[in-house]
Amino acid sequence: MSNVTYVRYELLRTLRNRRFFIFSLAFPLVMFFLVGGSNSGTVMPLAGISFTEYYMVSMAGWGAMMSVLAGGARISTERQAGWIRQLRVTPLTTSGYFRSKVVTSYVMALLSMVLLYSAGIALGVRLPLGNWAQMSGLILVGLVPFAALGVVMGHLLSPDSMGPALGGIASLFAFLGGSWFPLDGWLKSFGEWLPSYWLVQAGRTTILGGSWSPQGWLVVAAWAAVMTVLAGWAYRRDGKRVT
Amino acid sequence: MTAPPASTDGIVLDGLHKRFDAVRAVDGVDLQIAPGSTVALLGPNGAGKSTTIDMVLGLSRPDRGTVSVFGRSATEAVAAGAIGAMLQTGSLPAYLTVRELLTMLASLYPHPLPVDEVLESAQVADIAGRPTQKLSGGQSQRVRFAVAVISNPQLLVLDEPTVAMDVESRRAFWAAMRAYAASGRTIVFATHYLEEADDFADRIVLMAQGRIVADGPTTEIKAKVGGRVIRATLPGADLSSLGKLPGVTDVESHGDAVVLSCGDSDAAIKALLREQPDVRDIEISSAGLEAAFLELTRDPAAGRLPDSTTDSLEVSS
Repeated sequence: MSNVTYVRYELLRTLRNRRFFIFSLAFPLVMFFLVGGSNSGTVMPLAGISFTEYYMVSMAGWGAMMSVLAGGARISTERQAGWIRQLRVTPLTTSGYFRSKVVTSYVMALLSMVLLYSAGIALGVRLPLGNWAQMSGLILVGLVPFAALGVVMGHLLSPDSMGPALGGIASLFAFLGGSWFPLDGWLKSFGEWLPSYWLVQAGRTTILGGSWSPQGWLVVAAWAAVMTVLAGWAYRRDGKRVT
Repeated sequence: MTAPPASTDGIVLDGLHKRFDAVRAVDGVDLQIAPGSTVALLGPNGAGKSTTIDMVLGLSRPDRGTVSVFGRSATEAVAAGAIGAMLQTGSLPAYLTVRELLTMLASLYPHPLPVDEVLESAQVADIAGRPTQKLSGGQSQRVRFAVAVISNPQLLVLDEPTVAMDVESRRAFWAAMRAYAASGRTIVFATHYLEEADDFADRIVLMAQGRIVADGPTTEIKAKVGGRVIRATLPGADLSSLGKLPGVTDVESHGDAVVLSCGDSDAAIKALLREQPDVRDIEISSAGLEAAFLELTRDPAAGRLPDSTTDSLEVSS
């Protein structure tokens, strides 16, 4: 399908965007080297896996989360610039537009994950092939609510407010989900109801020989459903105003 | 108004209405456009040009009435890639070169033009490698034109394409357009510059208050909107006999001064001198396009346009 060309240029545009590079790729990578690298070998308290492993998987999840959030958020710029109106006068359908955005976001998320995995391997992380595959699969599933949340933000916020909103929301999810350090007590109990918690657990439980608990699947599915409904609502609300 | 037989070949707007809250943006527009013609939608801001165009493009749905583009609905025509559009607002997506952007968009269409050909005809070949976020205003307008024609559309729609351009860019833009029109496509453009409509269109559709107030070949509309005015002193003038002089379309008096609006000022001045030897202080001037334009497009509710919109354009005697 010729849409391959379209998606290829979408990817190119995203890669050339410096802000994307800093937030989704450079930032998690630097965090990983700073924290994960300095404590390599030590077992992380509350986690049961090493600092390096923990930081590799949590930063991979965080970078991937930033990638898909930012992907949806770019709708905001295209909307404000009138570019979406222009696209509506092409044979590109609405679902085709969203598909291209989601595919682009996921490719960027994979890029972010591969980068963190490589960094992890460079610092001595060794895992069976099955583990790499399983945790990557779980992370990709766990990204669905964030991809939809990105679309919601892309429709509700202006490009000017997007930067702070994106940084704030992503940091909140990362902190409460235990991306930076494992939480304990009531914060942990609360965090377990957030999809970001399960992004971290995608890696942690896999390395410990398990997988997501039923609660994990439930939380991710519920957030995905709610965010998708909200995204649909935000899109239709916008459609009325734009046209 | 009797409509010509509907054609499935061109563009047919039938009884279009569109209202935004209390404003009747488009208030009963009927229009047929033959394939291959170039039509200007001329009118002041708020006349309903953009709203009409949005409905032709399927960006907005009429409250009442139908749009047919080459026998299909607007959305079907868009899905088939039959329409190219240069919208009034819209900047280009960043982080792509001009060539990349056109290649990207061409991939959406079934039968696009070669990118190199479009770069050439839109006069952007020299900036093909430049990122879109680094273009000047005039350059990005030309790129937006290239975006509109990349699909090789049967119908090209331009909503006030030159509104942000300086004189130089405007000239370059219309030169590119002229070359494109020569290839036999149907072109509809909105403008509020009479000169643009006159230079470029075969037919002018004049809009005001959401309605079509005049519609005809460019020369005809121009004669109506672009006439001259004879001012003279003529005490005790008989206005109705002045109104019957050849070439005169309208008469007003201000004290001893009379003002004759003329379609043909040459005929009018000869007749005036022959029939009113006392006339003095004669001045002949261009009516001022804006003034004539306002006259033609002023609020229909003011009573100048009873049934048929053409009444206001004829001699009012």
